[in-house]
Amino acid sequence: MNPLFGVLGAPLIGAAVLAAIPGYRMSARLNVAASLIAFLASLLLLRERPPSGDLLLVDDLNIVFIVLSTFIGFTTSVFSASYIGHELETGRLTPAYLRFYHAMFQVMMLGMNLALVSNNIGLMWVAVELATLSTVMMVGIYRTHEAIEAAWKYFILGSVGIALALFGTILVYLAAQPVVGAGLAGMAWTGLVAHAAQFDPALLNIAFVFLLLGYGTKVGLAPMHAWLPDAHAEGPTPISAVLSGLLLNVALYALLRFKMLMAACPGAIAPGPLMMGLGLLSLLFAALMLYRRRDIKRMFAYSSIEHMGIIVFAFGIAGPLGNFAGLLQMTMHSLTKSAIFFSVGHVAQVKGTQRIADMGGLTETHPLLGWGLVAGVAAIAGLPPFGVFMSEFLVVSSTFAREPVLALLLVLGLLIAFGALLLRLTSVAFGAPRGPRTGVHASYVPMFAHLALVLIAGIYLPAPLVAWFQHVAALLG
Amino acid sequence: MGGLSLDVANMLAGLLVLASFMMLYQVRLPALLNVLSLHAFILALAIAWQAHLQHAPELYITALIALGFKSVLIPAALRRIVVRLGIHRGIETVTGVGLTMLAGMALVALALEVMLPVTTRADPVTREYIALALSVVLLGLLSMVTRRNAVSQVAGFLSLENGIDLAAAGAQGMPLVVEISIAFSVLIAFLVIGVFLFRIRERFDTVDLQALDQFRGERA
Repeated sequence: MNPLFGVLGAPLIGAAVLAAIPGYRMSARLNVAASLIAFLASLLLLRERPPSGDLLLVDDLNIVFIVLSTFIGFTTSVFSASYIGHELETGRLTPAYLRFYHAMFQVMMLGMNLALVSNNIGLMWVAVELATLSTVMMVGIYRTHEAIEAAWKYFILGSVGIALALFGTILVYLAAQPVVGAGLAGMAWTGLVAHAAQFDPALLNIAFVFLLLGYGTKVGLAPMHAWLPDAHAEGPTPISAVLSGLLLNVALYALLRFKMLMAACPGAIAPGPLMMGLGLLSLLFAALMLYRRRDIKRMFAYSSIEHMGIIVFAFGIAGPLGNFAGLLQMTMHSLTKSAIFFSVGHVAQVKGTQRIADMGGLTETHPLLGWGLVAGVAAIAGLPPFGVFMSEFLVVSSTFAREPVLALLLVLGLLIAFGALLLRLTSVAFGAPRGPRTGVHASYVPMFAHLALVLIAGIYLPAPLVAWFQHVAALLG
Repeated sequence: MGGLSLDVANMLAGLLVLASFMMLYQVRLPALLNVLSLHAFILALAIAWQAHLQHAPELYITALIALGFKSVLIPAALRRIVVRLGIHRGIETVTGVGLTMLAGMALVALALEVMLPVTTRADPVTREYIALALSVVLLGLLSMVTRRNAVSQVAGFLSLENGIDLAAAGAQGMPLVVEISIAFSVLIAFLVIGVFLFRIRERFDTVDLQALDQFRGERA
């Protein structure tokens, strides 16, 4: 049987079933089961690859994204199961809302998986929109002032963003249509890349600007990032974890595909400098913004902007080393940032607040959560021996080889962010305990599993994985 | 393609741009919603004309969606909300109509300047449709940023979306046009109208978005 049925069917059926089941324990378990099936199916894709059709495609590039996406989807569903129990007890969510939440979680997974496997630029756009809509609904689920403001902002900015992306998509089709012909073939990745050399470069240039602005909004690049901190801070924490860990990657994947298309057309502008500029701007801006954050989830949201900046910058530098560093950085960031949110979610529940000033001495009051957070922040700040250190080192060294001046700015941004993160970490994790000391029913497995993977990757990357990433990096040009 | 059919296509797309301009200077919400209705009606005609020119029957479905959904249903629903929230009499402050109109003209000039030179390979109707569609998109963005009211922002977004539909219909033989227009329509109806406006009103006692902005950023 085609494993793609598992990757797409599990969330589809899961969403339908979860919408019908009232009990929250049962639905939390089913949510985990559906996510697990999707993950296992994506592993099967590594062994046998279905042939690509008009609409669906599995190739060397997107399989990396699919496995990562379904894995984090699965671990987040495990974390979510323990997180929502607490939300129900404190009355922040009612059973009816939870039913909706679980169904939407699977709809979001469906949207992201579909966006990753689609061979059609129109279908991919629809899938990204589906994922956006379901996350908008979940960001607003607490119905507080702030949650509604965040959801509204996310909805308006996200919609305008993907509307521009759709315009860009139409322009790409217009460029392709005289060469590839009308109909589905004119929108399939496989056909587009094969014939890109004959496309009208001027039209492709304009299209790419729209796509960069549109999908760039979803990636969270400055100055189109305004929705991101609010959406991360006000929604349920499992959603913050998947937003940072997955949704940003999906939008990035779309950008990378279009970048490959641009690279295949000789007359078109090089997308590299544009991406480097936006990436560097996001990095520096977010690094400075990290200092004045009082809300812990908001702070890590800015850290996501910072890291997406680094990743987009690395893909902008391109070349085998730059792309390799970008891929590694993306994988490490997804794993680490979601682990941090797993920890922060429970911390905020214990303390009853997200204000950094009201937290303190976590390593003393809640050793497992506290040290998990310490490890996560150390990793995301780029300290050795974690994997982020290695990927950031690669980004910096490849930049020094190509653009020494930009490398200085890059290092400056990294150092500023590093300082801000460690400053906040010490006040939250160490010192005199502040806030309630009550225990928490937390599932530590997802958090430590992610951190262990990041640690292992920092110490030893298996040779087959390196070879695989090198191969994909070469594809990206 | 005969001169007349080209002229009709140009006229319809041009009328859509004109309707976008009309949205820019409406100060009362019911009037704005009437223009929105007209906007979608013109879009439906423009898409139907494309269906006729391209011999693409599936585009008639897109035109029907535009007519029924965007021109009748959504404006009617928005009108009901406006009446129920009691904001139909209020006058919305639009920041300097004159300046907004000038900015709008500059945006249309920009759109034509950008799109016409790069679409020389496309056929004439497609070319005009795409250039004017970008004008409508940019005017929609302009009307979103010059408004403070949640309902009028939605109206601005809907006109932007109409521009994208026009571009999609103009691109010959573009597949999934129907599907995309349905997805877009579902987006609007499902989310904005039903859920948010009432919630914003319920929480903030107003749909003026400046009230919402007070909660922005860090809470000390």
